[in-house]
Amino acid sequence: MKTLRHTDAVIVGGGWTGLLMAKELTARTPLSVVVLERGASRRKGEYSASMDELDYYIRLRMMQDPSQETVTLRHSRDDRALPLRQHGAFLPGTGTGGAGEHWSGIAYRYLPDVFELLTRTREKYGVKRMPEDHSIEDWGVTYNELEPYYVRAERLMGISGRAGNLNGRAIAGGNPFEGPRSVDFPNPPTKIPYLAAMFRDAASSLGYHPYALPAATISQAYTNPDGIARPACTYCGYCERFGCMIGAKAQPSNTLLPLIARQKSVSLKNDCWVQKIVHKDGRARGVVYRDSKGAEFFQPADMVFLASWTLNNTRLLLLSQIGEAYDPATGRGSVGRNLTHQVAAPAVTGFFEKPLNRFMGAGSAGVAIADFDGDVFDHTGLPFLRGGTLYSVCYGFKPMTNFGVTPPSVKARWGPEWKRAALDWYDRTGRIQLYGEHLAYRGNFMDLDPVYKDAFGQPLLRLTLDWRDNERRMAEFLTAKAVEIARAMGARQTIPFAGLKHYDGTRYQGTHLQGGAIMGASPERSAVNTHMQSWRMPNLFVLGASAFPQNPSGNPTLTAVALTYRAADAIVERYVKRPQLL
Amino acid sequence: MRRREFLEISVSAVGGALIYSLDRRPTLLGAQTLRVPLRFFTASEAKIVAAAAARIFPSDDAGPGANEAGVVIYIDRQLAGPYGRDRWRYTQEPFEAGLPELGYQGRETPRQIYRAGLAKLAGFDALDAAAQDAALRAIELTPFFALLRTHTIEGMFCDPMHGGNAGMVGWQLIGFPGPSMSFDDEVEKYYGRAFRPKPQSLEQISGERVKPSEES
Repeated sequence: MKTLRHTDAVIVGGGWTGLLMAKELTARTPLSVVVLERGASRRKGEYSASMDELDYYIRLRMMQDPSQETVTLRHSRDDRALPLRQHGAFLPGTGTGGAGEHWSGIAYRYLPDVFELLTRTREKYGVKRMPEDHSIEDWGVTYNELEPYYVRAERLMGISGRAGNLNGRAIAGGNPFEGPRSVDFPNPPTKIPYLAAMFRDAASSLGYHPYALPAATISQAYTNPDGIARPACTYCGYCERFGCMIGAKAQPSNTLLPLIARQKSVSLKNDCWVQKIVHKDGRARGVVYRDSKGAEFFQPADMVFLASWTLNNTRLLLLSQIGEAYDPATGRGSVGRNLTHQVAAPAVTGFFEKPLNRFMGAGSAGVAIADFDGDVFDHTGLPFLRGGTLYSVCYGFKPMTNFGVTPPSVKARWGPEWKRAALDWYDRTGRIQLYGEHLAYRGNFMDLDPVYKDAFGQPLLRLTLDWRDNERRMAEFLTAKAVEIARAMGARQTIPFAGLKHYDGTRYQGTHLQGGAIMGASPERSAVNTHMQSWRMPNLFVLGASAFPQNPSGNPTLTAVALTYRAADAIVERYVKRPQLL
Repeated sequence: MRRREFLEISVSAVGGALIYSLDRRPTLLGAQTLRVPLRFFTASEAKIVAAAAARIFPSDDAGPGANEAGVVIYIDRQLAGPYGRDRWRYTQEPFEAGLPELGYQGRETPRQIYRAGLAKLAGFDALDAAAQDAALRAIELTPFFALLRTHTIEGMFCDPMHGGNAGMVGWQLIGFPGPSMSFDDEVEKYYGRAFRPKPQSLEQISGERVKPSEES
C-alpha cells in the first residue's frame, strides 16, 4: 500500500455535501483538501447525449453498480436478510455530483417542529400516544438556528418558489404552513404544467392551500452569490435520473465543480473507492482507498469528512469500527440506529378526459398541498401521528416506463383490448403523489451483513427495515384525501394506492434514506453533534442525511446542504483555530 | 463462435426503415426482405419472439404493433448486451428464495430465462392466433412472460438507436415527441389540448451518434 502526501482534509464523496465542504474550506481557509469520489468524472456537455429513457431511466447509468456493491434487506431481526440484487426502492448515485446530478430538484425546507419532534410530540400528545417502539429524537438544532443556512442553500441553487410565510406575514400562493422565511425565494415559481394546474384548481376548490413546489429547476436565468450563472428551465422533462443538459437544474457539477476547478488547494480524484477510515488513539489519521485498477493507497489527513450518502457513511463507520455499533436489543450504540425511508407512493392514479401532454415538464414543476403535513392538522381521533404532503408533478412522463396503465374497468394486460385501452388512456393518465414522514423505531437499523460481501470482499450493509401501523394508517389517510382531489380534478376512474404492507425493496419510493449517524445534543443518543462532528473522534465529520434522526415529509437535499453550510462555518470560524469538540 | 444467424423480415412490415445498427447494418435481400443479423437469438427463436410480441402488442386497426416497430430486434440486442448477461446485477452466492419484497433472487440471467422459456414455445410461430393466445395465457404468470411483456413495450417505445420503435412508429402512435430540448413556449399553452410535435430521435436532436448501453 502506497502512502500519499499528507493533506489537511480528505473528503469521501464528491456530491452536494462533499463538494460544498471542499468549496467552503478552500475559499475561506488555506487548508489543502483532497476529495475522493468513487465514481467517474463528468465531461462538459455529456448530458446532451443522455436523454435516453432506456439507458438512464431503466438501465440507470447514473447509479452505483449493484454488481459491485449493494445492501441486504430484512424486515425484522428474526428474518434472514437477502441482497437487493438490482436497484429498486432507492437509487444511490455515483460519479462527481453523486445523486445531486440525477435528482428531481424539489428543494423543501422542513417544518419547524420537525427539529424538535420528540419534545413537541410528547408535550402535545403525551408519551402514551407515541408508538411503543419509537426512537424519535430532537435534532439538537432548531428551525430558527438553521434558517440563515437555508437561505444560503436556496441562493446557491437559485431555488424557485413563492414564500408563504415571510417573517410571519402570510403571502397568498405560498405554503401557509411553512416556517417563517427571512427573505423570499431567489427566483419566482416555475411554470405549471397542465396536470399540476388541474391539481391546484381542484385543491383550491376543496379549501386546501396549493403552492408551487420549491424547485431547483429554475424559473429564470440566475447568477448565484458565487458568480455561477445558469439558464432557465425549458421543461424538456429530462431531470429525474438524468443530468440537466442545459444546466438549469442545480447540480454539484454546475454550481460547485467550476469553483473547485479554479482552486489550486483542492484536488478532486475520481475512481477512488474508500475502504476505511484509519484511526488511532481517538483521532482519524486518513483513509485507505483503491483506485480503478485495485491498487491500494493511504491518504493521510488531519481532518476526515464522510460525505458519501446515508448508507455508505454508515457502512464506512461500521467497517472502520468508529463509535459503538447500535444494538437493537439493548438500545445502546449510536452507529446504525434510526434508519428511515420517507413514505412515498403514488397516492392515486387518475384517468382524465382531456390530453395532458405529460411529456412536458420538469422534475420539480408541480403543485403541492401541505394541509395534511406534519402536525398542521388536528390529529384528535386519528389513529396516527404526523402526516405528509400531496402533490402533482409533471416530471416528463416517458413511454417505456409509463405505457400500459389502464383504468380498473380494463382487465386485459396484453393483446388487442389492452392495446386499444392503453393507447386511448396513455396521455390522459395522471398521478397524485404522497410524501409522508417516517418515524424512527428501535427495530429499524443498519449493521454489517454476516454473509454477503462487496466486490472487494468487505461485508455489505444490512438494512433491517419495516413499516409500522403509524405509517400504514397515515398513508391510508393521505390516499383518501388524494382520491377526493383526483375526483375534483375530473378523474373518470381512479386507482388508489393499495397501501403499505411490508417495506418493499422493489418499488421505487425516492432516494431519501436517512439515519445511521444521527445528530443530536448528547453523545449517548447520537453519533455526531449539530456541527456534524463525531462525538468520539473530533477530527471526523459525517455530512448528509445520515444525520437526520427521523424522516420528515420533504425531500432532504436542501436541509443536508444547509447543515453542511452550518458545519463549515463552525469549522472555519472555530475548529481550524482550536481543533477540538465544537 | 456460432454461425451467424439472420432474421428475415418483410420491408413493408417494419415502419419505414430500420434505424442504424452500427457495425451490423441490415442488408436488403431483393427489394422486399431485410436480413437482420441476430446477436443472440437463433433464427427460429427470433421467429417465436416476434410472433409472441405481435400477440402482446398486435398490429391492428388501432395502429401498428410489435412487428412494425421491430421489437424482436430490440430484444435480441438487449439480451446480447450487458443487460442480458446480468452485468449490472449482484450475482454473488448464495442464491436463496426470499420474499417478493426482496426482488428477483434467481440465478438465471435474462438470456437464460429467454432460452428456457422459448424452448417450451417450440412451434409457436406456426400456430394460428387463437392457439398462440392460448399458449401465452398458459405461461402468463411466469417470469419469462413478465420479461417478454416488459420488453415488448420497451421495444415499441425505445429510442430507435436501440433497435426498436423503427421509424418512430411507436412514438407516433402515442404522440410522444422523443427527447426535445424545450417546451418552454408550450408547457402552459396547451392546457387540455393535444400538443403533438413531430418526433425526433436522440441522434437527430443531439447531432451526434450516441453509443447505447447494449454496445458497451
